[in-house]
Amino acid sequence: MEIRIQVPNVAGESERIQKPAGSSFPDSGSSQSPARAFLQSRRSSAFADRIFSAVILLCALCIFAIVALILYELVSGSRLSIDKFGVAFFFRSAWDPVNGDYGAFPFIYGTLVSSILALIIAVPLAVGVAVFLTEMCPGFLRAPLAFVTELLAAIPSVVYGLWAIFVLVPLLRDSVNPFLIRVLGWSGLFVEPNYGVGMFAGGVILAIMILPIVSSLTREVISAVPQAQREAALALGATRWEMIRMGVLRNARIGIVGAIILGLGRALGETMAVTMVIGNRPEISRSLLDLGYSMASVIANEFSEASDNLYLSALIEIGLALFIVTIVVNALARVLVWAVTRGAPVRGA
Amino acid sequence: MGVGIEVSELNAWYGSNHTLQNINLRIPANHATALIGPSGCGKSTFVRCLNRMHETNPVGRVTGSVLIGQLDIYTQASPVEIRRRVGMVFQRPNPFPTMSIYDNVASGLRLNGYRNRVVLDEVVQRSLEQAALWEEVKDDLKKKSGASLSGGQQQRLCIARALAVDPEVMLMDEPASALDPVSTAKIEDLIFQLKSQYTIVIVTHNMQQAARVAENTGFFLNGRLVEFDATHKIFTNPRDKRTEDYITGRFG
Repeated sequence: MEIRIQVPNVAGESERIQKPAGSSFPDSGSSQSPARAFLQSRRSSAFADRIFSAVILLCALCIFAIVALILYELVSGSRLSIDKFGVAFFFRSAWDPVNGDYGAFPFIYGTLVSSILALIIAVPLAVGVAVFLTEMCPGFLRAPLAFVTELLAAIPSVVYGLWAIFVLVPLLRDSVNPFLIRVLGWSGLFVEPNYGVGMFAGGVILAIMILPIVSSLTREVISAVPQAQREAALALGATRWEMIRMGVLRNARIGIVGAIILGLGRALGETMAVTMVIGNRPEISRSLLDLGYSMASVIANEFSEASDNLYLSALIEIGLALFIVTIVVNALARVLVWAVTRGAPVRGA
Repeated sequence: MGVGIEVSELNAWYGSNHTLQNINLRIPANHATALIGPSGCGKSTFVRCLNRMHETNPVGRVTGSVLIGQLDIYTQASPVEIRRRVGMVFQRPNPFPTMSIYDNVASGLRLNGYRNRVVLDEVVQRSLEQAALWEEVKDDLKKKSGASLSGGQQQRLCIARALAVDPEVMLMDEPASALDPVSTAKIEDLIFQLKSQYTIVIVTHNMQQAARVAENTGFFLNGRLVEFDATHKIFTNPRDKRTEDYITGRFG
């Protein structure tokens, strides 16, 4: 609507505007309302504010302290192994507790490969779920579907592991893996022996476990895209898919990368379910169907049976390796986000 | 060249809310037609029915017929086909923020599979010139994003984006209401120049704007078209008492 400003032209009216009838401006102290008297009696709260910011600052510093402490403990705990193997520990493939010969490479390899496998499987699925839920799902189905997706995140990982052993592994062994061997065998990634358990089973179970976090974060990001962007694409004659590609996913891509990184973080550290299906053999094999091992799994499996100090120290150094891998992957992901964002502008409108 | 629009017995609903009631209207080709009325009178819903955007709302529903040229858009074509022929500019500028200025303008053609770069370059330049934006952006067409422009420039970019697919009809839903007076004047100049080639339907809150740019004006009130006539008649000698009350500022 247009704003019309009424200019008072009657003498009495202009007087009323300068000093509205019925209100006076008393000097402070004279005939105050209880509310005003109360408010004016309050002292400045600058001191409380300073206390508050100090407490908050302390909370924030705690995070740094915890990270630093963990790093310190990991390094000091693995002193023995660091002294014996040096940096080469991270690139050696030996794992022989009997002869006291240790190396972390098969575990690092297993963690990275199973996590990447999980992302390859989970990300398209998660983005698909998120797009369906935000853009195409009939209203009555939306809340139940979103709820069930998020429920997946609440299932304890040992339950995933059990389910994997009794359902997923037989399914992979009898149906999926033979098919993969037939179709993709030429690549060397899917060849006999086919045990059912192994790197691929670990990747699949991880994919199922990170699906909820990636899809619910992607859903948040997608619903934050302004409706005007969807309408802009539609008005140009976009079909629904084109509208989603041009008006939604394009605008949400940075947030989606963020969701993927969080999912990756979860996959790297996941222990129990992976331990139950990855096969637990510290060897590097080109075939994804072969047995593998991950950093978190070896710690969980062997910590209680580490019989001598060097064994224990090597396991702690594996923990250090996991810590470093997580930091490096996160840093790389930041760089990736930065690279994607650099060309892209700040969000307008 | 634009085509005329013939609307008959158009009704529209938002859920159970009957927002448009029995609208009958002929909009002439290659002229600007303004739609005025107070907030909530249904004028925006009306233009959204002309490119089938109303039905993208899950609770939106439409009955009646709309002929654009010879084509009945509700029975003879899909929404996607209609929207390629009927461009739209929205109240708030909505360029694609992750695309460059060039890509924004080219988006409509690319969407429909157009890949010829020479032609695209020409179309982008012509559209930006038509939208009076070319001189301001020609040096960083591919460097700057659509969102880096000022609000008025963004709206002209959106007009260029709509013009790039060479629509027969151009719908404008309060295209200047979020802009400052200088940008508003530019948009109005633009409408004035474009209306010889396109059929323009412009929704506006601003009655002076309607008087400045449009040959014909329709007055909406409570979901009904109260009066539709030549703009000078609406503003000097309206037939309906309610139109007169509105344009003289007695309500709204």
